[in-house]
Amino acid sequence: MMLDRHLGFVGALRAAGVPVAVSEDLDALAAVRSLDWERRASVREAYAATLLKRTAHRAAFDALFDLWFPPRVGTSRTGSGAGSGAEADADSAETAENGGAPDSGEQREDLRRRLAEALTDPTTTDAQVEALAVEAVGRFGRLSGRPAGASTWSAYTTLRRLAPGDLDVPDDALADFEARVQREALRRIAEQKGAEHVGRTAVRPATDRVAFTSASAAELTEMRRAVAPLARRLAARLARDHRTGRRGPLDVRRTVRSSLATGGVPLTTHHRPRRPRRTDLVVLCDVSGSVAHFARFTLMLVVALREQFNGVRAFAFVDDVVEVTDLLRPGADVAEVLADLVDARGRAVRLGRTDYGRSLNSFVERHADAVGPRTTVLVLGDARSNYSDPGLVPLRRMVEHARQAWWLNPEPRRQWDTGDSDAGRYAGVVPMAECRDLDQLARFVREHL
Amino acid sequence: MTWFASPDDAAVRLGEAGYLADDATATSAFLSGELGKPLLVEGPAGVGKTELAKVVARAHGAELVRLQCYEGLDEARALYEWNYKKQLLRIQAGAEDEGWAATQDDIFSEEFLLTRPLLTAIRRTGPTVLLVDEVDKTDVEVEGLLLEVLSDFAVTVPELGTITATRRPYVVLTSNASRDLSEAVRRRCLFLHLDHPTPEREREIVLSHVPDAEEGLVRRVVEVVGRLRSLELRKAPSIAETVDWVRTLVALQSGSLGDGADAAMERTLGVVVKHGSDLEAAAKELARA
Repeated sequence: MMLDRHLGFVGALRAAGVPVAVSEDLDALAAVRSLDWERRASVREAYAATLLKRTAHRAAFDALFDLWFPPRVGTSRTGSGAGSGAEADADSAETAENGGAPDSGEQREDLRRRLAEALTDPTTTDAQVEALAVEAVGRFGRLSGRPAGASTWSAYTTLRRLAPGDLDVPDDALADFEARVQREALRRIAEQKGAEHVGRTAVRPATDRVAFTSASAAELTEMRRAVAPLARRLAARLARDHRTGRRGPLDVRRTVRSSLATGGVPLTTHHRPRRPRRTDLVVLCDVSGSVAHFARFTLMLVVALREQFNGVRAFAFVDDVVEVTDLLRPGADVAEVLADLVDARGRAVRLGRTDYGRSLNSFVERHADAVGPRTTVLVLGDARSNYSDPGLVPLRRMVEHARQAWWLNPEPRRQWDTGDSDAGRYAGVVPMAECRDLDQLARFVREHL
Repeated sequence: MTWFASPDDAAVRLGEAGYLADDATATSAFLSGELGKPLLVEGPAGVGKTELAKVVARAHGAELVRLQCYEGLDEARALYEWNYKKQLLRIQAGAEDEGWAATQDDIFSEEFLLTRPLLTAIRRTGPTVLLVDEVDKTDVEVEGLLLEVLSDFAVTVPELGTITATRRPYVVLTSNASRDLSEAVRRRCLFLHLDHPTPEREREIVLSHVPDAEEGLVRRVVEVVGRLRSLELRKAPSIAETVDWVRTLVALQSGSLGDGADAAMERTLGVVVKHGSDLEAAAKELARA
């Protein structure tokens, strides 16, 4: 029975994009067997330590863990029995409990008052907030009159009825409470319909698998955090290539000198450092509305790269091209940079419709000096040019001058060449890579830059 | 030997050694000992990753063997090396008529072996904690070497044979995630992500290190540090720096939360913020509060 639960949980993790190897699976079993099942926090952390190998997967893990190993069972209206295992059926105690109807205006005012008190008081414990969240869902989250088989609990209904948003409480406490209500509602649905069902639909994929174009605000912040290490990693790798001292030509002088210490036997050889290869990076970025999320995001990567390299130049375009390198100064406030970029977007627009042909032409006319034999060119965009001239000629000229060139397309490969997409034609000139999420971006950086 | 009896036991014993462990840390520390698996600790700089290994050693009176990783670390620095110079001397000092076989046997013996941290940890018979610090700084080849050592706890020296650990060391690897570790390493390890602590926990930590600081001041400092961390500075303040800051303020006689405290905090901002551009942003944030 417990094994079924365990296997179901591991399966759900895999389905959510968290890779779990068989050996990790076995480790997890060994780990939880050595623990006390009564302590839920220990079990959770034991699973986390053995199954999770990346911080980015933690959110999906937590959500699934709550579904498969719920903190309590039953659909009680109050949180009083939380954690103590089985719960008396709420329906039988409907009127006895706390007196009055389950969902009266009076109850609502009472709960709102207690909630406001709890959330503004810094000494409130997590357990107390949790109890309030459970009570809120139990009282106000039930959907009546739904057909059999449909969910009968709703976080949305709870929060709408309770309206905690217009209470005067700190924002982060409120967000915490809302998250707890969400979890409690999911738990009740999962109990009713099975954890598999809810796990499939309610759990967001891990941050590095969220498509740039469909990320929520919180996920975007999370992604931005992940970009900085990505750039650092890339820089560390490039810098290391420069420093692989061994591969350089033999330094006879130093070798002979150090051999004196070993009686003239050259035990170790010394080499001259290799000539560093300077890489210039030119980034051409489509900032039109359709790819705005993606553009912001890749520009964040460029900002991060600028802290590591000197030779980075960035250009933004919609139907005209404008240089934005100076906006991406190192150490600048990220929020300010993004605001400036929105301004720059205004300057990159003449008629307001994406026009790759015109943009590429004006780039070659005005900024041809940016591309030289040492330059790596990155074009970021969805290759949708509103059926206008795709500008293959200037693009080809640019590519011929550069050391290497890549096109990153935020659209899934199956949408290329549909509608006004010229992806195929561009791909004939520049190698094009699909780059929908952090995972793919990281892989591209690793393999090609 | 068992390192910890249960997660609670781990929390208590780490606490006695001066480390306030949360649920995740205590459970992982317990499991690492129980399952005999290395513990990979990842997280930003200054959240107590290295300290965890030190404290496990302290809690058990075990010896801490530390392998500090850096770019260019190789087998000779991590595992073992033959003492060439001594061997050369031995050959030159040897008798004329000594045969090659005898010489060879002699110069490839214990006497000429320089053990490096990994081999040292494996050969020790007492309780040992092996700390592989900043494992993300090494090259991929060293990672391969680590894999071999950490899965079997055995090292083969061609001239001496295979040396197997008589007693498995407790292994802690730390990483700042500046490079992605290979899946193979991750799979062999238990994973613990340490992040900046919650304000309550940080207050406890600070108070345990600076007992004579006033509670109100600590609360204020921890709150400010928390805000600084959310600013996306180039280098976020670490726990050790928070402790240092409180110590500084206490030393400056601003140990209480009087009118002068904020001014003193602004003057001593350099204790927690270490970049010019960060300093500006931090001063702005401090003034806003």
